[in-house]
Amino acid sequence: MKLLPFPLGSIPGSEAGSARGPDKAQEAWPKRPGRTRALKPTDVRDPNYFHRVVDCQWACPAHTNVPEYIRLIAQGRYGDAYMINRESNVFPAILGRTCDRPCEPACRRGRLPEPGGDSQPVAICRLKRVAADLRGDISHRLPPVPAKKNGKRVACIGAGPASLTVANDLLPFGYEIVMFEKYDKPGGLMRSNIPSFRLPEQVLNDEVAMILDRGVEIRYNSPINSLKELLAQKFDSIFAGTGAPRGKDLELPGRQEAAARIHIGIDWLQSIAFGHIDSIGERVLIIGVGNTAMDCCRSSCRLGGKDIRVMARRPRGFFKASPWELDDAEEEGVQIVVNHAPKRFIVENGKLAGMEFERVEWDAGARKSTTIDTVTIPCDDVILAIGQDNAFPWIERDLGIEFDKWGLPVVNETTYESTRPGVYFGGDAAFGPKNIIWAVEHGHQAAISIDNYCHKLPVGERPPATMNLVSQKMGISEWSYSNDYNPSHRQKMKHVDLVERFKKLNVEVELGFSAEQTAREVERCLNCDIETVFAEKRCIECDACIDVCPVQCLTITRNGEEEDLRGRLSAPAVNLDQLLYVSAALPQTSRVMVKDEDVCVHCGLCAERCPTAAWDMQKFELFISYAGEETCNKQHESVPA
Amino acid sequence: MPSIVKPVATHPSLQRNELGFTVRDYEGGMSTLCAGCGHDSITAAIVRALWELAVPPHMLAKMSGIGCSSKTPAYFVSGAHGFNSAHGRMPAITSGAAAANRTLTYIGVSGDGDSLSIGLGQLCHAIRRNVPMLYVIENNGVYGLTKGQFSASADIDSKSKRGEPNRMAPIDPVTLALNLGATFVARSFSGDKEQLVPILKAAFVHRGFALVDVISPCVTFNDHSSSTKSYLYTRKHKVEATESNFVPKAQEIVAHISPNGHGANVTMHDGSVVRFTSLPANYDPTDRTRVMDYLQQHTGTGEVVTGLLYVNPSVPDMHEMNKTPDIALTEVPFEKLCPGAEVLDKLQEDWR
Repeated sequence: MKLLPFPLGSIPGSEAGSARGPDKAQEAWPKRPGRTRALKPTDVRDPNYFHRVVDCQWACPAHTNVPEYIRLIAQGRYGDAYMINRESNVFPAILGRTCDRPCEPACRRGRLPEPGGDSQPVAICRLKRVAADLRGDISHRLPPVPAKKNGKRVACIGAGPASLTVANDLLPFGYEIVMFEKYDKPGGLMRSNIPSFRLPEQVLNDEVAMILDRGVEIRYNSPINSLKELLAQKFDSIFAGTGAPRGKDLELPGRQEAAARIHIGIDWLQSIAFGHIDSIGERVLIIGVGNTAMDCCRSSCRLGGKDIRVMARRPRGFFKASPWELDDAEEEGVQIVVNHAPKRFIVENGKLAGMEFERVEWDAGARKSTTIDTVTIPCDDVILAIGQDNAFPWIERDLGIEFDKWGLPVVNETTYESTRPGVYFGGDAAFGPKNIIWAVEHGHQAAISIDNYCHKLPVGERPPATMNLVSQKMGISEWSYSNDYNPSHRQKMKHVDLVERFKKLNVEVELGFSAEQTAREVERCLNCDIETVFAEKRCIECDACIDVCPVQCLTITRNGEEEDLRGRLSAPAVNLDQLLYVSAALPQTSRVMVKDEDVCVHCGLCAERCPTAAWDMQKFELFISYAGEETCNKQHESVPA
Repeated sequence: MPSIVKPVATHPSLQRNELGFTVRDYEGGMSTLCAGCGHDSITAAIVRALWELAVPPHMLAKMSGIGCSSKTPAYFVSGAHGFNSAHGRMPAITSGAAAANRTLTYIGVSGDGDSLSIGLGQLCHAIRRNVPMLYVIENNGVYGLTKGQFSASADIDSKSKRGEPNRMAPIDPVTLALNLGATFVARSFSGDKEQLVPILKAAFVHRGFALVDVISPCVTFNDHSSSTKSYLYTRKHKVEATESNFVPKAQEIVAHISPNGHGANVTMHDGSVVRFTSLPANYDPTDRTRVMDYLQQHTGTGEVVTGLLYVNPSVPDMHEMNKTPDIALTEVPFEKLCPGAEVLDKLQEDWR
């Protein structure tokens, strides 16, 4: 472990040891006229400042207010927790099972040493599922859809998460949504690519219906083969949420001859979802180690596969699959075989007999490989899960929609507008394969653009996010939130036992948290949205906050450049992604209060022990604007009195 | 649930001392003093000093009397021994404890009431005996625990919270200790740990009685604008007479003195060194007369003179003066410690 320089009682003989005391330190700091070297006081009224402190919310593409919904779950207010989720991520029940969870690696709890164990983030995703499973009837809480329409018609191509989000955001403002779906069921890749043992069909149907049943005109079995024809139908705007529907192929010797037993991963999963496939050979090789590969291998387990191997070119630590999906696959007996590069399909008597691989060795960063030897692995089926491509054969190239050199439409990253005004892209169709939560966020942003476009406002004019800070003090030693640090370890999800889960294809493997597990897990949340807010005018520099802080977040020191200042903190941070909260000059010594936000546990003891209430714990709430809110205001303003 | 318990969560790069302890291992119970009390900062400085010195918690004895200050031993080093004595009697209890077990490190925490009023005689005699202990006076000029009456260290004309001026002359523990022949005398401020922590470390290793008077503002009763023991007043009037640092015995001493002032190295009894990096002209921290002259010159100016003011590591402590055994009485075999009635009879016979 790297030893940190402690400023107090520092080692004599060093220059730093002799320059003590605030006044001397001030003198030692050269004053250069016309050049400010000190950090400016932090502006906590900037919504982005505290938003970054809420690591999970900042990391979430849709900026779900995670700590707030966890507190609501703790209070048993599952419906309220669900609605907080739904506002930003639209599909809490679906995402509570399938989300890529960018919030969890970001979670502050994962950066704090856990007594007697590995640091683990709060099980945010699992708690989302708790809220969704126990929400009860919330239909009356959805924003009402007016009977009188606003006269604008929007076409959504595809009925996946991005299109559904656009519909969700625009319906309450009187838009008519016409949704074109290639298949006979809605949901897009949420239905076709996510096996039902991870996402039960009923859960999917419920949340999709929550949008469709409120007035979307959905046309099933209606693939769009020509954008030109669609444009001719005079919609006010068009949104393409067509996904990345083409699985990558692997052109190796034997591919054509053995085609009958070689499957493209996403197509194969889709065939299972739509009931066209119900069996597979006993020996299955899956090529690739992404999350699609995990779904393919686990589906194979349920369709008769006995010896299932996932073949990886690279070593562990370099897989694309989420760690928890790898764990789940291995729990089901799937073998992950590393350092094998596919060479050819072996065909005997006109059918697939196996595959030949080069065994390779990688350098430290897994960048360069050297071949050791060649091995043959017999198999009955091969599933290719090596990535997906977008495909836009249905867009004529003379419509003013530009494509880049990879064949993707040129899409504005803020407005999701193509080079043809009025035509928008979102989800995997916009920037290639991502995940559901990104598709939802694309949908929200595209909906804002569509709303602006339909109201003849510049689409680049984005409604600003606003914020609120409210003190959480209830009385002496009384805070409105659970400020106690709970040392419990992350709760483990219970799974259906192996024999049971393989009996049917659609037995949901994860059982969800029990009431006890939920009660424990919610208390692990550090309430990172309950912020420490500092009023320097009141500070008497008594050091009480510094002395009581359990994680040495606070320092009173002279101001300076960030790098220099960070070196003088009580305990310099390892993670530099979190900002320093710097006060204006303090009244007595003109030093500054510096708070390193990195590992603050939001226990509130600084505020508790502050004699002058210079520190206060205030709940930060971010208000994200969605489609319609701004244009409604603007229209209201423009109506003559 | 709302909680005022200090979370067990720690900073990910918390350092360990040579015993393998983190600074959190030297903490005690949660303080019940008023929020913002200077005493809590002194507690934090004591925690830091003990952690840096790597004192084994079970080899520390925390002694105190009565008062806000005397509650503080409960707030540091839970794993240490402790004795909360009658009001003002801590020096006597500590003398006894030190006589019985010289292997422990003793810290007495007292206040201006406990030390300068009811316990003044006790303090004087502990100084005379050169009891091996760190004696901290958490000095705030008022009786906080009984609602803010003036204490014996309140300055003339400083006002109470109600506005009444103090008419009686203060007792200054620093000049008192110098007069009585104390061998280690320092004054510091609870709001300046950079000064306080090295002084406490030197005081812990000092062979005899080490008096550290710490101005420790009472936020509730004596932090107002007409107080001379407030945070603001102390900051404005604090004069650092000496700047010193503490060099543990294991570390090499580099002869480096600040070019601005003259300096000095004082080697302590255990081989560690107090390095004075800046001293006023003609000031010698080992020369009692000069130190007293310096303090005399600053009396009545309103200045608060701070720093490690005087140190003399060569004076024998209580154990040497009294030729006590090298080991703790608990280590002396029972037969030797209590040789029995026959031996007593014979001893008394000898004296007839």
